[in-house]
Amino acid sequence: MNLGISAVEFVSQAKEGVISVEEFVAKTLDRIKKVDEKIHAFITVDAQNALDKARTIDKKIKSKEKIGSCFGMPLSIKDNICTEGIKTTCASKMLENFVAPYDATVISRLKLEDAIIIGKANLDEFAMGSTTEFSYFGPTRNPWNLEYVPGGSSGGSGASVAAYECLASLGSDTGGSVRSPASFCSVVGLKPTYGLISRYGLVSYANSIEQVGPIAKTVEDVAFLLNIISGHDPHDNTTANNGYVDYVQDLKHGISGKKIGIISQMIGEGVDKEVASATNTAISKLQNLGAECIPISLDAIEHSVAAYYTIASAEASSNLARYDNLRYGFDFGIEGYEFKAFVSKARSNFGPEVTRRMLLGAFVLSAGYYGKYYLKAQKVRAMIKAQLDEAFKKVDYLISPTMPILPFKVGEKIDDPLKLYLTDINTITANLSGIPAISVPFSMSSSGLPIGIQLFANSFKEKELLQAAHVLQETSNLPEISL
Amino acid sequence: MTKIGLEIHCQLTKLASKLFCSCKAEYRNLEPNSNICPVCAGLPGSLPLLNKKAVEKATMISLALGCTIPEKIGFFRKNYFYPDLPKNFQITQYNAYGPTSIGSDGKIEIEGKTIRIRRIQLEEDPGRLVYEGTSEKTMITLIDYNRAGTPLVEIVTEPDFETPKQVRVFLNVLADLVENIGVSDPYLEGAMRVDGNISEGDGNRVEIKNVGSFRDIEKALHFEITRQQSLVERGITVQAETRHWDEARRITVSARSKEEEQDYRYLPEADIPIVLIEHHSIEQIKMQMPESIVARRERYVKKYGLPPQVSDVLSSDKFYSDLFDKAHNEKNAKEVSNIITTDLMGFADTREKKLELKITPKHITDLADSIMTNKLTRNSGKTALQEMVKTGKSLADVISSLDLGHVSDVGSIEKIIDEVFKEEEKAVSEAKQNPDTINYLVGKVMKKTKGKADPTTTLGILRKKLSA
Repeated sequence: MNLGISAVEFVSQAKEGVISVEEFVAKTLDRIKKVDEKIHAFITVDAQNALDKARTIDKKIKSKEKIGSCFGMPLSIKDNICTEGIKTTCASKMLENFVAPYDATVISRLKLEDAIIIGKANLDEFAMGSTTEFSYFGPTRNPWNLEYVPGGSSGGSGASVAAYECLASLGSDTGGSVRSPASFCSVVGLKPTYGLISRYGLVSYANSIEQVGPIAKTVEDVAFLLNIISGHDPHDNTTANNGYVDYVQDLKHGISGKKIGIISQMIGEGVDKEVASATNTAISKLQNLGAECIPISLDAIEHSVAAYYTIASAEASSNLARYDNLRYGFDFGIEGYEFKAFVSKARSNFGPEVTRRMLLGAFVLSAGYYGKYYLKAQKVRAMIKAQLDEAFKKVDYLISPTMPILPFKVGEKIDDPLKLYLTDINTITANLSGIPAISVPFSMSSSGLPIGIQLFANSFKEKELLQAAHVLQETSNLPEISL
Repeated sequence: MTKIGLEIHCQLTKLASKLFCSCKAEYRNLEPNSNICPVCAGLPGSLPLLNKKAVEKATMISLALGCTIPEKIGFFRKNYFYPDLPKNFQITQYNAYGPTSIGSDGKIEIEGKTIRIRRIQLEEDPGRLVYEGTSEKTMITLIDYNRAGTPLVEIVTEPDFETPKQVRVFLNVLADLVENIGVSDPYLEGAMRVDGNISEGDGNRVEIKNVGSFRDIEKALHFEITRQQSLVERGITVQAETRHWDEARRITVSARSKEEEQDYRYLPEADIPIVLIEHHSIEQIKMQMPESIVARRERYVKKYGLPPQVSDVLSSDKFYSDLFDKAHNEKNAKEVSNIITTDLMGFADTREKKLELKITPKHITDLADSIMTNKLTRNSGKTALQEMVKTGKSLADVISSLDLGHVSDVGSIEKIIDEVFKEEEKAVSEAKQNPDTINYLVGKVMKKTKGKADPTTTLGILRKKLSA
């Protein structure tokens, strides 16, 4: 049995009875047992429930009962998305024992379609980080080379898909957290338009910019998952009510006659040579398939990292204020503490990156600094959006490398937050402006490390974005993972 | 000069659900922590969903207080750590970066004085803390989140009050108003809470918090004014601070924590998109709103020629103004307003007494007509009214059972006057010397007739007999 098949292939094989769902899930669990000691993509594996559910689905298939469109496909879910009955830790000591009493909307929609949640994937604590090194439960490693980081913060999601520990995954993308691990692990990752997917049940880090996003082996799988999880949700006032779109239909539409803007600021200085050269190859391949590529300058991007960390940290400082260990949390005696002392003692259990961002956020929001930092950052955000609006009058898509550099070694940048923050430069534009962006695996470096290419489209143009991503995917010829 | 400003928190108790979830807005008398869900308990991953009805109700309050309603409203997070806040921030509104709260720059006339309303904002109530234990050492704090997320409107006035009495009148009017327009029952425990700020002359501002009831705010303000004035007299500067009202000792006490130095790190609430307040929906709300106190007062003055003071008193009380509107006709309006504002309000000077009144508009109409047609003296009228509000009996029944019918035939009155003349020889001779003392004799006649004799007829006969 090949665990490396795509999610869509799995569905057709399961439907036709070529494979047994139970067997596939059991094999997947064996795989996890075998490789996850090294990769550490999972925080929690829900083996028994997964097998039980798989058995039920097999019965349904045999008796030709109505079955949801996922046919028991095993998925990993980033551990900041609430799953009823399974711990949702956010890779933090603060939620070490937290079991949500409800399912996130994306989870209930997947369950309705008979997807199987095989486990909860590792992440940087509360999704703050670009490498998955800042997890309370220890780092996730890149399945292509265990000495390297898998990207982040949805590193567990990216690694679990790449290492065949599940068929697909849901991550969350606040500043690139779906696309960074997709790029570093050689899988596809989509950050949808803000408001396309419900955030109900996604534990908030920076609620004005983040979205849940699918990670999978193929663009088609991403489109398949998007069909299930996207759309208006009465539990989230920020979701758009645009009606149903079928992202799978016409996926192979091609890009003939489309215009693609090459973002000048993202392929010049500071970009790794091999990454730049891969990007240029991608551009010429797209041109050969009928797209017209022109350079586009977005100079507001210069300020995007500063603006992003100001806004995201400000929102984080407020969103994470509720973790005071009063209502839920970890074992911690209350005896002998007055309220404020208790709260500050309990909250000293956040990890270093979360602490850093909460402090930064509290600072930029404090009296006298709000205008100087937070409002200014919001102005940069508006400027970026305005420049993108202009750009999308001229082109259908924008293109850049997803990450400016190749995956690096675990521990290499952990002590230099500023350097780490700068690796987000290509991804945060989509978050600050709300537009969709996708990372498509494109090639391997000479050292065997994955390189991903990023495509952007205008707000709610996911269908067109996936069509272009599919074309790009078809041009690449990538090796099978050996693990 | 004393300057007093108020911050009033008024729960929108007439709403079925909380401000951001579908839990009940009515949290009273429920098992602790039974009226909660992931949203109002602030569980990770939960998101607030704005109750549009709450926006409507807050719009009504803003309109009733003459506020400007912006085209868009937004919400902010007010960040601070406190155990009654499940998220450690409160979702509220904030105008420092442009007017985005539901109302601003309003005003209301209270007894001829204009009180300006600075702003009105919609926000969520925190949970409740219950302290148990007998000493500080055994003290435990229990938290009940049933109230958390209850829709609340905060009304902030400019420091336009000069006396605690004005404050009381304003609060009564406000309580009536919110009841009137059907947004709140202000008399439910904790439904309406008031904080005050006071300064003397150019002195520092002192905030008074923790005032449990309307009655206590007047007392707390009185105490605070006296305290500040005596400091000023002794040449001591009043400190800018927050003081708590100590209900047991009936004094204000300095709150040791420096609350005004707290930095709330306000942040736009991105989970609730900006709400457009469309012009036509405001017009619709206006149409549904009952007549405002100001409009009603004007109608009373212009249409019926009632004196402004009487119109003020009448219009600001929903119960009495409804009674007036149902009881009066073109001719008897003044008499009806007299009966209500001088006699009826005298019997029922508290809300409890008011609720016990067994009065109907017909009682008042009949009474006014009887007085105007001289069938009943004003004195007997008052007696009849007292009986009617107690028993609910009709005027006719009351007049016959208490024998209040008017005596106006000359023969009967003459007979009684003769009796009085026999009993009051001294007064009679005095009255012959000095006609000004004649009222004493009128009084005696009234006493004998239990107030039923027609005063004009009585006076005529008396004068005739005295000059004979």
